[in-house]
This record gives sequence, C-alpha cells and structure tokens, in this order.
Amino acid sequence: MRIPERLIVGVLGACAGLTILITLGILYTLASEAVVFFSEVPITDFLTDTQWTPLFTEKHFGILPLLAGTLLTSFIAIFFALPIGLTIAIYLNEYAPRSFAFSIKPILEILAAVPTVVYGYFALTVVTPFLQGFIPGLAGFNALGAGFVMGIMIIPLISSLSQDALYAVPKSLREASYGMGATRLQTAFQVLVPAASSGITVSVILAISRAVGETMIVAIAAGMQPNLTADPTVPIQTITTFIVQISMGDVPHGSLEYRTIFAAGISLFVLTFILNNISFWFKKRYRMKYE
Amino acid sequence: MHKKLEARNVNVFYDQTHVIKDVNLAVEQHSVTAFIGPSGCGKSTFLRLYNRMNDLIEGFRKEGEILIDGRDIYQRDLRVEDLRKKVGMVFQKPNPFPKSIYENVIYGLKIRGVNNKNLLDETVERCLRQAALWDEVKDNLRKSALALSGGQQQRLCIARAIATEPSVLLMDEPASALDPISTSKVEELIYELKSQFTIIIVTHNMQQAGRVSDKTAFFYLGELVECDSTKKIFTNPTDSRTQDYITGRFG
Ligand SMILES: Nc1ncnc2c1ncn2[C@@H]1O[C@H](COP(=O)(O)OP(=O)(O)O)[C@@H](O)[C@H]1O
Ligand SMILES: [Mg+2]
Repeated sequence: MRIPERLIVGVLGACAGLTILITLGILYTLASEAVVFFSEVPITDFLTDTQWTPLFTEKHFGILPLLAGTLLTSFIAIFFALPIGLTIAIYLNEYAPRSFAFSIKPILEILAAVPTVVYGYFALTVVTPFLQGFIPGLAGFNALGAGFVMGIMIIPLISSLSQDALYAVPKSLREASYGMGATRLQTAFQVLVPAASSGITVSVILAISRAVGETMIVAIAAGMQPNLTADPTVPIQTITTFIVQISMGDVPHGSLEYRTIFAAGISLFVLTFILNNISFWFKKRYRMKYE
Repeated sequence: MHKKLEARNVNVFYDQTHVIKDVNLAVEQHSVTAFIGPSGCGKSTFLRLYNRMNDLIEGFRKEGEILIDGRDIYQRDLRVEDLRKKVGMVFQKPNPFPKSIYENVIYGLKIRGVNNKNLLDETVERCLRQAALWDEVKDNLRKSALALSGGQQQRLCIARAIATEPSVLLMDEPASALDPISTSKVEELIYELKSQFTIIIVTHNMQQAGRVSDKTAFFYLGELVECDSTKKIFTNPTDSRTQDYITGRFG
C-alpha cells in the first residue's frame, strides 16, 4: 500500500476504534456511579419499591414508577403507530403505483425528522386539548397525548422497515395467492404479512427502542410525576425525563440524589439492550428464511 | 368432444412489444395439451391468459377473445377471483406458503369463507391423495410445508390448486426444478388427473411432452406454428420450424 492510502486506512480505523472507546467510556461511567448508588440503596428496593421520591425527605428509590411511565408511553405510541404504519406499508407495497410509492416515502420520513421539541409542544397545546374534548378527566399533562404524538413520530420507522420486509417476500408467494383467486387484501394479510412477520417485528422493536429512549416529548407533555399506574390520563414520568430533571436541577454532584440518574440510566440501557438483542435475533432468523 | 378452452385471434403486447401474434387455439375437455417452444416464445404468457395472471403485469394488453366453456373470461362482469377458482395454476418453482401442509391445501377454501372443519379435513385428504402425497405426509399435516422436499412441495402445490375443484389446470414447467424421480411422479400424476381436469402444461422437455400429452402446440416467436396430436407433432410435423425444433436444431 502507498503511504496516503495507509494514512486513510489508519484514520478510518481510528474512527471506528473511537466509537467503541466512547461506548465503553459511557458504560464505565454509568456502571461505576451505579455501583456506588447500589452500595447505598439495596438493589431489591430499587426493583421492588413502588415509589420513586429521591428528592423528598421521605426517600424511596423504586424504579417501577419510572419504568411504568416509560412502558406506558411506549405502548401507547406503538398502539397507534403499528396499525397505521403497517397499513401504510401494505398500501405502498401492494396498492400504490410504483412512482407514487417512491415519492411518498421521503415525505413520510420527514415525520421522523421533525424536532422532538416541536412534537412535545404539539402534544401539549394541540393534541391534549383536542383529546380533552372526548375524555373529560384528561389531565393537562398525560401519557396519552405524549404517547400518541410519539406514535406519529415513529410511524415512518415502522412503515419504512415493514415495507422493506413486505417487499422482500418472494414474488412467487404473491403469485401463488393470486393464482388461488385471493384478493389483494387477502393476499396482503394472509400471506405477505405472515411471511414478513419477522421483519415487521424487527421494525416494531426498533420503534419501541426509539420510544423508550424518547425524552423531549414526554418531558414537555406527560408531566414529571413518577406514578406507578397504567392509567394514560394522568401525569407520569419516564426514566429519560427523570434523568433530564436531575441533570438540569440544582442537585449537588456526587450526592446520592445525583447518583440516581446513573441507576436510572443503567436501567434504560438494559432495557434497550434487551430490545436490540431481540431484534437482532429476529433479523437473523429472517435472513435465514430467505437464503 | 366438448371445446373447453378457446382462443380467438389473440394478440398480446407488453407495452410496445408484440409477444403473442394472432393465435387461435381450441382445447378439448379432459385432455392434456403441451405447449412447447424455445424460451421467450410466449408459452407462459399464453398460458397465463387463461387465468388472467398477466393482468398483474404493468404494460400488459390483450386483443382477441379467450373463452372457457364458451364464455369470454375477460368480460367486465366476470370476477377474476371466481375465474381463478375454476382455473388452477401450478408454477415452475414450487411455491408453498410458509404455513403448515394442512393450511396450504385449504387456502383456496379459507379465503372463500369455508370454515366447516369436516369439509376442510375431507378436502385435505382427498386432494393430498389425488396429488399422490397423502401417504407421505398424513401424520405430519401440521408440519411446515417448507420442510418438504422440492418434489413433495410441488405435489403439495398441485393439491392446493385442485382443492377449489377447478375444471382447468395450468402448469408452467411444473417439473423443471425437480429431480428425475419427482419428475416422473408428477408426470404420472398429470396422467391420473386428466380424467377430471383439462390440463395445459408448458414444458421444455420434449420427452415429457411426448409422455404426458394428447396434443402438442408448438410456439415460435409468439406465433402458434401448429397444434396437433402429440404423435403427429413428434413424428410427422407439418411445418419445417416444428421439425427443426423437435430434432433439436434450435432452441
Ligand atoms: N413481465 C413482462 N414484461 C415485459 N415483457 C415480458 C414480461 N414477461 C415476459 N415478457 C416477454 O414476453 C416474451 C414471452 O415471454 P414468456 O411468455 O415468458 O415466454 P416463455 O414462457 O415461452 O419462455 C419474451 O420476449 C419476454 O421477454
Ligand atoms: Mg416460461
């Protein structure tokens, strides 16, 4: 190899190495602070206590309320985004003319590019007041509005990846179904969706990961009150928004209260790590099926 | 004999390309007709006219008439789903659904809302028996169809195609992806099925055409050069192009 080429390879390698180092660095910071935290708060309390009140005089360190908030908003988001995203994917893949499908996809993806702070205020000032028209008891800050808007944000993630999965279903299966006299709708739901199910599942898991990690929308529109509940009409707090709250507040560095964010961070990390692994496993299965 | 299928002055275009040129062809009920000819001459295209599978292709245009039992199947008021119930198709590559063997066979009934368990069970057994697959799979009906061998998969596809009780069976090179033993099983099967179905089979394999068919139609560059009894086509064809093809001078 010539010198300049070697230089480039070296730089590229260094970049790759750097990302790994950064990841390890983050993990190290999280873990080392969390270890100190767990030396003061037993991990069983952390996992089983039903209250999260680290800033009160009567302190409780149960992650469950934050976990519940995170899962609730994510579930609401998926609840709206999956049917809509999948419908869009089926429509674009099976019904829409090719040229239309090609031009609509980038437009859809703009949804994912809207700054989340804009979504947050959209949830707070438009969606929640609108929903209050139907649901009288809906609080001004609530999981429903935030989750719904988060769902809008992840629609393109689901529709785009699901469309790829549907597209990858062999043409011969389509022909088999049409040849039996199935309609497009029957073909889509009885043959294509099942055949693409692992790809669709991957899209859903990635969307959940995205929703679990989402911060701004829930910080603005869902309230900041840890609340162990499945009720979508009341204020809640998610793991991410708690971290924001502490980081921006005046909690002294190095205190136990401050270290809670690392414990919360580790929980978040474990959650997304599990989700990513599930999606990785599905992807592998999916690839095997068509090779 | 009853004229089951009839093509009258049929032309087919894909955009501007003229791929079927003024074809007239009548097919008798309960007979096996083989379509032969070099690849690209339009055999598949012509075959897929009978169940309107070409309708799915962008740029496809047809002129002339295709009649089944004297009725134009391209009429506006005819539902293509009903047509395909009566005209089954088996494809070149076995294409079972990634579902169980049982689910595969009943697909055509299920999409038509048949839910009667007894009827479905009976259909599965009858069709698998007819497709000469029953003995091999009867204990594993819930197993995935993808676990079957290629030859078994193709027989499953035949079972699936006859489950809606069609009267016509279209087969596009059904044995080209199979090993010799599976091929001969499928050929035997075609012979058996003749008593109930009107069968058209596209084949590249001259011996196969000779073994399974009553009539043979030779296509060349989109034209139907001649159609006659298989014996006549293979021993004493009228057209010199047919002669050249069956003696292997081209194609
Ligand atoms: N989907 C299609 N779009 C455009 N042209 C096609 C399409 N399918 C087939 N053709 C053309 O039509 C002609 C006949 O093809 P086909 O019916 O598949 O022939 P065969 O089955 O005899 O090999 C060929 O020239 C082929 O290139
Ligand atoms: Mg062909």
